[in-house]
Amino acid sequence: MSGNMNLTLKVWRQKNTSASGTFETYQASGISPDMSFLEMMDVVNEDLIKQGKDPIAFDHDCREGICGMCSMYINGRAHGPLKGVTTCQLHMRTFKDGDTITIEPWRSSAFPVLKDLVVDRSAFDRIQQAGGFVSVNTGSVQDANSIPVPKENADEAFLSAACIGCGACVAACKNSSAMLFVSAKVSQYALLPQGQVERAKRVVNMVEQMDQEGFGNCTNTEACEAECPKQISVSNIARMNREYIKAKLFS
Amino acid sequence: MALNSNTPSGPLSEKWDNHKFNLKLVNPANKRKYDVIIVGTGLAGASAAASLAELGYNVKTFCFQDSPRRAHSIAAQGGVNAAKNYRNDGDSVHRLFYDTIKGGDYRAREANVYRLAQVSVNIIDQCVAQGVPFAREYGGLLDNRSFGGAQVSRTFYAKGQTGQQLLLGAYSAMNRQIGAGKIQSYTRHEMLDLVVVDGKARGIIARDMVTGKIERHAAHAVVLCTGGYGNVFYLTTYARGSNATAIWRAHKKGAYFGNPCFTQIHPTCIPVSGDHQSKLTLMSESLRNDGRIWVPMKKGDNRRPEDIPENERDYYLERIYPSFGNLVPRDIASRKAKEMCDEGRGVGASGLAVYLDFSEAINRLGQKAVEARYGNLFDMYKQITGEDPYKTPMRIYPAVHYTMGGLWVDYNLMTTVPGLYACGEANFSDHGANRLGASALMQGLADGYFVLPYTIGDYLAGEERKPITTDHPEFEAAEKNVKGMIEKLLSVKGTKTSHDFQRELGLIMWNHCGMARNEKGLIEGIEKIKALRQDFWSNIMVPGSGEELNQNLEKASRVADLIELGELMMHDALHRRESCGGHFREEYQTPEGEALRDDDNFAYVAAWEFMGVDSPAKLHKEELNYETVKRSQRSYK
Repeated sequence: MSGNMNLTLKVWRQKNTSASGTFETYQASGISPDMSFLEMMDVVNEDLIKQGKDPIAFDHDCREGICGMCSMYINGRAHGPLKGVTTCQLHMRTFKDGDTITIEPWRSSAFPVLKDLVVDRSAFDRIQQAGGFVSVNTGSVQDANSIPVPKENADEAFLSAACIGCGACVAACKNSSAMLFVSAKVSQYALLPQGQVERAKRVVNMVEQMDQEGFGNCTNTEACEAECPKQISVSNIARMNREYIKAKLFS
Repeated sequence: MALNSNTPSGPLSEKWDNHKFNLKLVNPANKRKYDVIIVGTGLAGASAAASLAELGYNVKTFCFQDSPRRAHSIAAQGGVNAAKNYRNDGDSVHRLFYDTIKGGDYRAREANVYRLAQVSVNIIDQCVAQGVPFAREYGGLLDNRSFGGAQVSRTFYAKGQTGQQLLLGAYSAMNRQIGAGKIQSYTRHEMLDLVVVDGKARGIIARDMVTGKIERHAAHAVVLCTGGYGNVFYLTTYARGSNATAIWRAHKKGAYFGNPCFTQIHPTCIPVSGDHQSKLTLMSESLRNDGRIWVPMKKGDNRRPEDIPENERDYYLERIYPSFGNLVPRDIASRKAKEMCDEGRGVGASGLAVYLDFSEAINRLGQKAVEARYGNLFDMYKQITGEDPYKTPMRIYPAVHYTMGGLWVDYNLMTTVPGLYACGEANFSDHGANRLGASALMQGLADGYFVLPYTIGDYLAGEERKPITTDHPEFEAAEKNVKGMIEKLLSVKGTKTSHDFQRELGLIMWNHCGMARNEKGLIEGIEKIKALRQDFWSNIMVPGSGEELNQNLEKASRVADLIELGELMMHDALHRRESCGGHFREEYQTPEGEALRDDDNFAYVAAWEFMGVDSPAKLHKEELNYETVKRSQRSYK
């Protein structure tokens, strides 16, 4: 069952990190409104392969909005037009027959393009490695219920921890700031008793690493929250700033 | 080679403790002289990597994604079981053990399952200490819910994102060790062969997926935590990248494959909407706590669900299984859904769906409470189908979700290749013929945090404390083998894509080795797969080269392995002339249509030895001796 939508795609093509890229135009025909955006891309790629052309490289994995691997900048918006939705959960019923859709990779000097729409987000991993953890070894812990956590704090920590690390916040930000991503992890632990011991050290180390990776400063325009597929709140950034100042003042 | 499970002797409840005492130790100063490779960074891999690095071993991890955090454990929704008995509702280690053994239809190893239930309590402690934000009650203590196959509430959860939160916990523990220099993390790397030197696993050949460079990595032991092989069915709840390449290539290097045909078909997934679809999405089993499953009494009733009055609805699970109701195990719920649809009472455009209805729960608890429990799942459903499950029942249908089969391992989680371990879904060990809900997360973390760190030391203690190098001829040969296969894939230049082949394979598997199987169908299926393999190697088309980021090359290489594995699954399903758990042979059923086991002839693990692509695999049997549990016909009535 194929559909009846016909679309024009303008897609960023770039052979590798050192090559310069360019937009290419493709026609996507017979698209069903029930397809996800990535399923539409699959159709286009199958056509390209059968024409002997190089298919468009893009990152994707779970296709259910949780792994954070998919990362397209669609019509000038990270993960496309819908709020709170990743590219893989965006469906073609959101678009109209005859639309032209522009598809780009995340643009940030901290996320170099590897090929076409695939970027290198390892900077995010390095920030987590700098402090995004509680230092507990396997086995050396007490009974789970001996650490009571007020439900409100647990729920709020969960909302921060729901970040999928996709990088949309960076892509959406004029300054390529990673503050929303970093602050979500800082907040999760700052809100929980388990995170208290390393609270000051954690925020300082993570922020330092963030700066080293070349991410910019917060613009205060809140584009990150608007484009975040998991709707992580900018109040996390305010909390991180407080945490950071406190840590610096009292260190 | 005779199979030895190395199950310790003694009473069931003391086996693990005694065994831990008997295992050899590596002294702390010597641990840094041993290197361990871990492939896959989901719950099992990340937890194993962190725990081994904390002990002092040098760990290298490999994942094909761009970050360890993206492994498909992240998508597990409902929860993780643990015998904490925080609800005071009669749970215990023995009950979790018993439920799991029974849920698996008596095809799992007793000692492994008991150990799993024992360490389940430590898992919750560990995850909470890491800062995993589990759901809590107003008093600040942990909340629980119920899952299928159990009459107690022992499932810990973080909304519908439990897998995500547990994986991020394990990932954080791993990150700490990467920061400390004890783990080297290789992302966008795919293992393409196992290297066996003098009969022992000594390393892997991996491809850097960005540059295409083929690399050699050596270690004293190799641990595969690469998940299941459900993508052999094409349309599944697995991630698109999930694959069997690591375990299949290890199988070809001597690791036996245990119970390959044991596949879990999950009852509550969003139904197929068209042939463009690339994957199916699960709706967590936790929904069956409050959702009621029904179909119309009448065949072909195409009224809107809201217009069908109560007395013309058949809540068939509640009717057939009054004590477990909507919370029967997955294999049973799936099979019954299929039966209803086969009778012509399925709903939706395709007739291949049943209703999962929340109206009763919304009336009882209010929409807010339902939203708090399942909000993200309802949103996901709405996003995919365009329908609002707060207003109209969800339509659901079974889909492939998990594979109980995997590499055969002994009690120490070691495969038949010395020094090669398999953890998590990649091994066959704990779920028998059917896995209970919220037990996959439990097993992945049990293996990685609390079993492997003990058992691997026993092996390493006997190994020489000098670095393993990559200059052995076996590395040379394995590298040549990998390069040869890549060249072959690129040189066929046929007319069909790897996508075409995977779809064909999936259809064959679903039609011949899916929810119901029979001898005739399996024999036909085997012929079709053989033909598909021939076709693949004459007609595959892979664009581009091997020296660049080439997603189609990656995929083609995985599909080639899945085709071979699919054939083994069919042979296994054909040889097992009984029904048990998820393996339902139509010839063997009770008068009520339930799975009919044959304990006299099939109470064993089928472990298959690779004998060549064109030769039938050789069957080895590990008899399952039940010392504690009395096997009986499973009843959830």
